Amino acid sequence: MAHSAAVDGGKVHTTQRTSNRRKNKVRRERWEWSGLAFSAPYVIVFILGTILPLLYALYLGFFRTQMIGGDSFVGFSNYIEAFTDPVFWSGFGRVSIYAVIQVPIIVILALVSAMILDSGRIKHIAVPRILVFLPYAVPSVVAALMWSYIYGQDYGLVGQFFKLFGGQAPNLLSSKLIMFAIMNIVIWGFMGYNMLIYYSSLRTIPEEIYEAARLDGASEFRIAWSIKIPAIKGSIVMTVVFCLIGAFQLFNEPNLLQAIAPDAIGSSYTPNMYSYTLAFKGQNMNYAAAVSLVAGIVTMVVIGIIKWLGDKWSER
Amino acid sequence: MTQANSISPVTGKKLTHREKRNAKASQRYYRERMAKKNAPKLTKGQRASSWLLHIIMFFMAAYCIVPLLWLVFSATKSNGGLYDSFGLWFAGSQDGGIQLWQNLAGTFNYNGAIYGRWLINTVVYAVVVGFGSTIIAAFAGYAVAVMKFPGRKLLLAVTLAFMSIPTTIITIPLFLLYSKIGLVNTMWSVIIPQLSFPFGLYLMIIYAQQSVPVSLVEAAKLDGASHWTIFWKIALPLLSPGFVTVLLFSLVGAWNNYFLPLIMLSDRTKYPLTVGLNLWLKMSGDPSVGGGLPDSYIITGSLVAVIPLIISFIFLQRYWQSGLSAGSVK
Repeated sequence: MAHSAAVDGGKVHTTQRTSNRRKNKVRRERWEWSGLAFSAPYVIVFILGTILPLLYALYLGFFRTQMIGGDSFVGFSNYIEAFTDPVFWSGFGRVSIYAVIQVPIIVILALVSAMILDSGRIKHIAVPRILVFLPYAVPSVVAALMWSYIYGQDYGLVGQFFKLFGGQAPNLLSSKLIMFAIMNIVIWGFMGYNMLIYYSSLRTIPEEIYEAARLDGASEFRIAWSIKIPAIKGSIVMTVVFCLIGAFQLFNEPNLLQAIAPDAIGSSYTPNMYSYTLAFKGQNMNYAAAVSLVAGIVTMVVIGIIKWLGDKWSER
Repeated sequence: MTQANSISPVTGKKLTHREKRNAKASQRYYRERMAKKNAPKLTKGQRASSWLLHIIMFFMAAYCIVPLLWLVFSATKSNGGLYDSFGLWFAGSQDGGIQLWQNLAGTFNYNGAIYGRWLINTVVYAVVVGFGSTIIAAFAGYAVAVMKFPGRKLLLAVTLAFMSIPTTIITIPLFLLYSKIGLVNTMWSVIIPQLSFPFGLYLMIIYAQQSVPVSLVEAAKLDGASHWTIFWKIALPLLSPGFVTVLLFSLVGAWNNYFLPLIMLSDRTKYPLTVGLNLWLKMSGDPSVGGGLPDSYIITGSLVAVIPLIISFIFLQRYWQSGLSAGSVK
């Protein structure tokens, strides 16, 4: 789920620093040890749920289980193998193509709907706002399940619409089209979420700026392009990072559609599905650990670069 | 929380009232202003563009809502009616008519009434994870916001770093570790990893910085109150809107989680709805085990799984909005 992911950190840092300074003035250099007790529950579950598993996977990746002789230390060879594994890279290539197409579409659709809601021209904006946000309430598994019925070539909603106009619907679950079918499910689920983020930031732009621009004769489209979009650059970068993380860790939708279209989705369709397959079907725990860590590192590097570029753009 | 409310109900109430009043006033002001400014001045071209905006918005909303309407209509149909009748209306009597009750009964009775079990499991996971992770984040958020203790900066930095790490990357390592120590296939294996919620902690820190004045905490300390007392009697009541927001995000995240329980659980009676529905879908697709699992049960089961969330979204909208804007506004 993308929503548990990146949020711009700048804010916490700055406010933190000022409150620090303020407190330093009041009382100098006296630790409040009870702060440790308050943080302890979080730190404990964080170690149990995140840090230890990562360390353990890192450790596992250095070994190989052999038929005879049990585990043996093999150094970096699992990691090197994972890094040069063509199956992993083909999955990674697939999610990259997926991201390059899906992310711009969802960002533009969300941006357009947020702009329309913010334009002040729509009556009863609460109604479209909640309708567009509702799909976010639907678990991705249920969304995939629902859409797989809707995609039905003959009896699904798509098939029925094509029949209405005397045509034959394309098989959206074929290996050629299934990536677009997955994109549609994800766009449907997360468009409203992104829209609300843009909408909330648009609402913070002071009205006076628009008035000044209008007095200067700027059209509404000009205002949207030259004032509104630059003002919410930070939010746009943030949602792009959200969407990229979602794209690179794609699992739920293809995993569910696999039950219906096993020919179109292989067991290594995405990097995440590949490490899942390795851990369960292949029973090769050491290599599965290495692949999941390598997948994580490669993803973080890509996202780090995009975020860096995005931050440069938004600060320009 | 209840204790704190009963002791200082005034502070809690005052704040929400004021918030509500302010929000309403500014909304009214904005609406009046827009009405005054736009209504008389609209030229023909502007009116045309207004129409265009309404049409685009209509299609966006339709795109989002049509699949859900399809789900509602489909849940009322017999298995035959599902295929023979139009997807966005009820089935006619020749196609089996309205069978919602039969579907619900069938869904809940199928396979030794396992659906009800899944529903209960989902509620348990969501409630335990939701309240657990939120109170844990509230403790830590309060500490980071108002106290100065060793490791505070490290906690903040690690939280920020792990908010942008893909969560599913950690899932396979979690499985490997938990199978080593024998935690897999227990309900704890699904609950523990979700109790740490970096995004929730981040929101809590922001809310605590905004709504718990350091001077108030200092004053209470001078009066001899411990941080434990201050947290329950002062901070938590002030934090309650933020608490609800984080709770919602966490509850929905746990309700919708699929990858983690799919990996951890092998015992069907411990499944949540998402994994259970996936199992049913596989069974219906596989002729050797499918034996008599109608699609209408899967669809009805999906609808039941979604309804609580839809209701919470509609009635708790302002909390969602507040969480999203706190996360996005610089």
